[in-house]
Amino acid sequence: MTDYTPSEVMIVAAARALEGVRTVFVGVGLPNIACNLARRTVAPALELIYESGVYGARPARLPLSIGDPTLVTGAISICPMVDLFGLYLQGGRVEVAFLGGAQIDRFGNLNTTVIGDYLRPNVRLPGSGGACEMAINAHRVFIIMRLKRRAFVKRLDFLTSPGHLEGAEPRAALGLSRRGPQVVVTNKCIFTFDEVTGEMALESLHPGVEMAEVQAEVGWELKVARDLRETEPPTAEELRLLREELDPGRIYTG
Amino acid sequence: MKVTTMRDAVATYVHDGDMVSIEGFTASICFAAAHEIIRQGRRDLILCRMTPDLIYDQMVAAGCARKLVFSYLGNPGVGPLHCVRRAVEKGIPAPLELEEYSHFGMVGRYLAGAYRLPFFPLRSYVGSDLPKVNPLIRFVESPYGDGPIAAVPPLNPDVAIIHAQRADQEGNTQLWGLLGVQKEAAFAAKHVVVVVEEIVDGAVIRTDPNRTLIPALVVDAVVREPYGAHPSYVQGYYDRDNDFYLRWDEISRDEAAARAWLEEWVWGVRDRAEYVEKMGHQCWERLAPGEAWSNPVNYGKYS
Repeated sequence: MTDYTPSEVMIVAAARALEGVRTVFVGVGLPNIACNLARRTVAPALELIYESGVYGARPARLPLSIGDPTLVTGAISICPMVDLFGLYLQGGRVEVAFLGGAQIDRFGNLNTTVIGDYLRPNVRLPGSGGACEMAINAHRVFIIMRLKRRAFVKRLDFLTSPGHLEGAEPRAALGLSRRGPQVVVTNKCIFTFDEVTGEMALESLHPGVEMAEVQAEVGWELKVARDLRETEPPTAEELRLLREELDPGRIYTG
Repeated sequence: MKVTTMRDAVATYVHDGDMVSIEGFTASICFAAAHEIIRQGRRDLILCRMTPDLIYDQMVAAGCARKLVFSYLGNPGVGPLHCVRRAVEKGIPAPLELEEYSHFGMVGRYLAGAYRLPFFPLRSYVGSDLPKVNPLIRFVESPYGDGPIAAVPPLNPDVAIIHAQRADQEGNTQLWGLLGVQKEAAFAAKHVVVVVEEIVDGAVIRTDPNRTLIPALVVDAVVREPYGAHPSYVQGYYDRDNDFYLRWDEISRDEAAARAWLEEWVWGVRDRAEYVEKMGHQCWERLAPGEAWSNPVNYGKYS
């Protein structure tokens, strides 16, 4: 049975990575759906935290921005952003942060600022938002990005949010006490990070994806985990939740 | 008497060259104030906002700004701010300088400003290129010997303009829903203009003091301006006009089209009331939310 899309495999894989997690810092789009799916499957106690100051959201519609009013109504708590970043995030209450970016390197460092030179950019991107401090203060960082050669690059044009930095020097030596990027979920495969070198390694290929397809989209020599496996396809129940309840308009899953 | 018109509030508290914060994180962004600033032809403003959003894109297109201080530069979930890009890349209609932080950095700047502290320490920016492009983001040694910590300087705008649900005539202001940095920006600013959907009796404010985030103590002027935050939203009053956020992406790609929009909807109307009328009742019906009331709480009577 292969009647599911690469986006659905990606969302399901991201949701499963949240097994047992209590608090997650979430953006809009794919991470939002993945978190809502996780809450109905592998992480029933999961609370959604948004940088706009929302803890424990129960969105009644798909939020179009992280400040959507549907995130407010029915939430557990709304707090000033000072509290959200200070008490929740820096205070160590956020287990996982979902991040993405226009560029990622093999150490999980992310660029959301510019493509090209900072002062004369080819593309001016939005910038950090809260990503820089999420990358530093969440206990673990999960990255969700589509696999494309122009995104998985050897050198970032700008380092907005630190991952494992240069790899060899551990985050802790720079005063970064939390664990940084743990997993990169894409539409073709899943990467994890080597605990010693901090380097990304191919952990799992989605059903039907060849290794050469992945290497072709990655701008460095790909490391492969010793026990490379195939991603478990979505179950009928996961697909039902996605299609009937979480994204009936197929905005993100199509 | 602090209750005044938007025209008088802007004339009195916003001057050429001022540092201006019109805050509100996605919610309660006071477009009505921005449009009046455009109509009065202010120039060389330093515009501070975590998310410049469409409001500063329009002010930049109108030639009001010389600099943006921000932490997320985009039309959320839609794309770039085209007018800001034109100004930065081509100097159209005027050159624009950028001073960039992360969200926690901007939040910390307002808090240090409000607390009258020399800086705000935060766990951010380690390994990031942001300090390389913004020399105001620095690292200091902890005086207690636990290593370096990032620091950002205080932000004390000349004026903060805060939109909220309601205030009394003195400016005791209540807000709910997303709180953003409304309180911190108000306490940090030298002058504060509060813009509200409704003016209520002071007795109403006193029935629910926990909801009063901004006291009259720091407020200079109060303006009643229903729908003053459109196309952003006010929790419980109207929804975000997501269609307009999408349409602005089209309009603003073209300099002439952006200008024509400003001609029609900003320079072409006298004030917000005319904008609201021109937008038409279908618009406001479309954006009206259903009801979801909180349960009242008992504060107790201690006499």
